[in-house]
Order: sequence, then structure tokens, then C-alpha cells
Amino acid sequence: MDEWIASFHILTLGPVASYIAKGTLFTVIVSTVAVLLSIVIGSVLALVRNYATAPQYRLFHFLAAAYIEVFRNTPLLLWIFIGVVFCPVPEFFGHPLFGLSSVETKMLFKASIALTLFTSSVVAEIIRGGLNSIPRGQFETAYTQGFGTIKTMVYIILPQAYRNVVPTLLSQIITTIKDSSFMANVATIELMSRVRKILSTANRFSGQDTINVSDVFVLYGTAAIIYFIINFSLSVAVRRMQAKRGAA
Amino acid sequence: MLGNMFEGFAWDLVWQFRATFLLGFLHTLETSVLAILLGLSLGLTFGLMSTCGKKWLVGIARVYVEFIQNTPLLLQVCFLYYALSFSGHGIGILATGIVSIGVYHGAYMAEVFRAGIGSIPKGQFESAESQGFGYFGVMRYVILPQCTKIILPPMANQIVNLIKNTSVLYIIGGSDLISLTYSFVTGVNTGGAYGPAYLICGLLFFGMCYPLSTLAGIWERNLKKRDQLSGALKE
Repeated sequence: MDEWIASFHILTLGPVASYIAKGTLFTVIVSTVAVLLSIVIGSVLALVRNYATAPQYRLFHFLAAAYIEVFRNTPLLLWIFIGVVFCPVPEFFGHPLFGLSSVETKMLFKASIALTLFTSSVVAEIIRGGLNSIPRGQFETAYTQGFGTIKTMVYIILPQAYRNVVPTLLSQIITTIKDSSFMANVATIELMSRVRKILSTANRFSGQDTINVSDVFVLYGTAAIIYFIINFSLSVAVRRMQAKRGAA
Repeated sequence: MLGNMFEGFAWDLVWQFRATFLLGFLHTLETSVLAILLGLSLGLTFGLMSTCGKKWLVGIARVYVEFIQNTPLLLQVCFLYYALSFSGHGIGILATGIVSIGVYHGAYMAEVFRAGIGSIPKGQFESAESQGFGYFGVMRYVILPQCTKIILPPMANQIVNLIKNTSVLYIIGGSDLISLTYSFVTGVNTGGAYGPAYLICGLLFFGMCYPLSTLAGIWERNLKKRDQLSGALKE
């Protein structure tokens, strides 16, 4: 019983609580930014893969398809490892920032790039699904109204495609929040890695001689509850949206 | 540059240690196959539970699916591993990985089964029952065979994700493909051959996943075509 009280005591310590809270914030921000950037990259990839089929654009079509397939069929962790070795870091991220050391901000940048590249392949396929659901007539009508290819895409096709895939993109944020935990393998920035780090020295905070199984339950339990609250509220929002659309 | 991608010595090193990559590949394959079997049986069980209509069984299945789907696999692996080893009941890294990956993807597969069973018209259940089939008979001989076409594409995608997710074993010190590749490129005697080693590792994963996800795409397109055809016929 004493062990459990000591374990819960860890959470009441101010620095520990704010360390975990900041980790949660990093998780949410990194995932949201990654998904937003992925929508930009993914849209370009999806458009090129879907519509650059004329012989003179064959190369771009092939490159977009290759990008999507390569990232979709290899694990995120591989890309994080590759990013750690190969990704150049701009000057801005070479300094201590957001309460992280300069080593950590560099890692944050590299791992976020890897996460974004990985996520954009998934988002590209989601947007492609949205593009494919648009009837051919929309293109033809736009052309007869004098729209060029680019204007047709930007003003007619893409807005409708985005509208169709908003729920799927929202649930992609859930997936990305979970995927961001893979950063725990290379740096202690987001929620998962911070909880893991606290656990490795839990006896110092709990005042016990050893790290006990109660520490594992309390710390990972807390992290699980935080992840669950964020992701479950998002998935409830997604379901509401889909139900509304189904009814409409 | 490029992690010695074009250096002869780096490729020599990878070739010399080819057994390491093969071992990692086999461990990843073993973990995947066993986790798929566990995931499929959990998925079928909970998928049936959530379509059986009994409130408390549906409730249990919902809690399982929601809780597992809304927390990261990495957290589940760490939780299981540390909880077991700190309480003195450690079952080893490989078994921990198989159990947690199986349970995680079981939740997704349960949803696939649920959607598949849900897509079968009510009349099928009723007429099967009127022919004297019991619950399991109805499922085994009438409903599940009809679901197969709908279930196959998302199931193949789940298996692709499962294979990629075996990389979570790295955090608890596994010996799967990713973990062995990483210790190869950072090892004292073998370090430095980043480019070739990551390329080989990526190719091995790609070789496992690409055929499956391509197959899933083809099945899905065929299904859509058939839907459109039957929709047109009805009109």
C-alpha cells in the first residue's frame, strides 16, 4: 500500500507534473503541425499521382507514386533513424528553445521532419480518395466555363475533395499523435519519452529504495489516460461529423 | 556524405554481416506471423461480440476497442514489459512484443470484422436461422463467407501496419530487423555504414509490405467496381 501512495506522490510534485504537461503540449503541437504540413505535401503528391498522366509528365507521376509507396511500406522508426543521421538542421533550431537543450531541439526538428514525411504519404492517399470521389462532370463543366487545369483544381476540385475527407484527416491526427510516441526512441521531448524517463528514476521522486511495479502502473497509467482523453474526444468529434453527413 | 552510401568498405561491411540482417528479418517475420494469428483470433472474438446484440458483450468489446485504439502501441508495449518485469513475471522481449502487437491490432481487426458482419443484410441472418442453423452455424456457414470480400482489403492493410509496427520492439531492446540494423550502424566494430544498412533494412520492409498493400488496393478497386455495377443494375 505504501508503495502505491509513494507512486501517486510522484504525480503531485510540481516539477514532475509540469514536465509531463509540457510533454503533452509537445505531443499535440508536433502532431498537429505534422498533419497540417502533410496536407500541403500530400495534396501536391495526390494531384500529381492522379492527374499527371500525360506522357511528358510521366516522370513526375512516377516520382509521386514512388514516394507514396516507399513511405507507406516502411516503418516510421526507420525514417526517424535516417532523419537523425542525414537531416540537416537550420541555424534557428541549433539553439536552446522552448525549454529544451540545443541537442534536443535539433532532435525535435529531425524527428518532426521524419514524422511529416511519413505522414504526408498517408495523407496523400486520403486526399486521393477524396479526389476519386468527385464526379467527372465537375472537370468537364469547369473546362467549359473557361477554367484552366490549375484553376479547376484550386477552385473546383480540391475544395470539394477536402470537404469529403475532413473526418478522415481528423482521425489521421489521432494516428499521428500515437505515431509521435516513436520519437521516444531518439529524444525525451514528448509525453511518452518523458514518462519513460521519470520511470527510470522513479525511486528518487517516490522516496522508496527501488522502482516498484506500482510506479509503472501510475506513470504509464497517467500517460495512457492523457492520450486516451485527447484521442477519444477527437474520435467522438469524427463520429459526430460522419453521422451528421450520413443524415444530410 | 550520404552515410558512406557509395563507399566500397560500407557495402563490404554489410555483406560481411549479412547474417545479422537475415536474423533480424526472420525475427520480424516470426513476430509478425504470431502477432497476426493472435490479432485475428482476438479480432474475430471481439468482432462477433460487438455484433451479437447482447448489451454487456457489446460493452466489453467497445471498451477494448476504444481503449486500445486511442493509446499508442509504444506505451502499451512499455507498460506490459515493465509491469511484468518489475513484478518479477517477465515473459521475455519477443513474447511481450507478440502479445502487445497482437492485442493492439486485434482491436483494429475487431472493427474490420464488425464492419464486415454489419454490411450483410438482416434477411441473411433470419433465413439462415429459419433453416435451423445455431448462432455459430449461421456465422460459420452463411455470414462470414459473405464478408470475406469486404474484409480482405482492410485486413491486408492492417497486416501491413502490423509488420511495420514490429519496430516498437526497439524500445525494449528487441532483436528485430530495425533494432539489429540500428545496433549494426552504431556498433564499435561495424559502425558507420549508415547508408547501405538503412537501404537494406528499408528494402526488406518494402519487400514484405508492398505486395500486400498493392493486393489490398486491387481488391478494394474491384469491390468498388462491383458496387457501382450492382448499383447501376438496381437503378
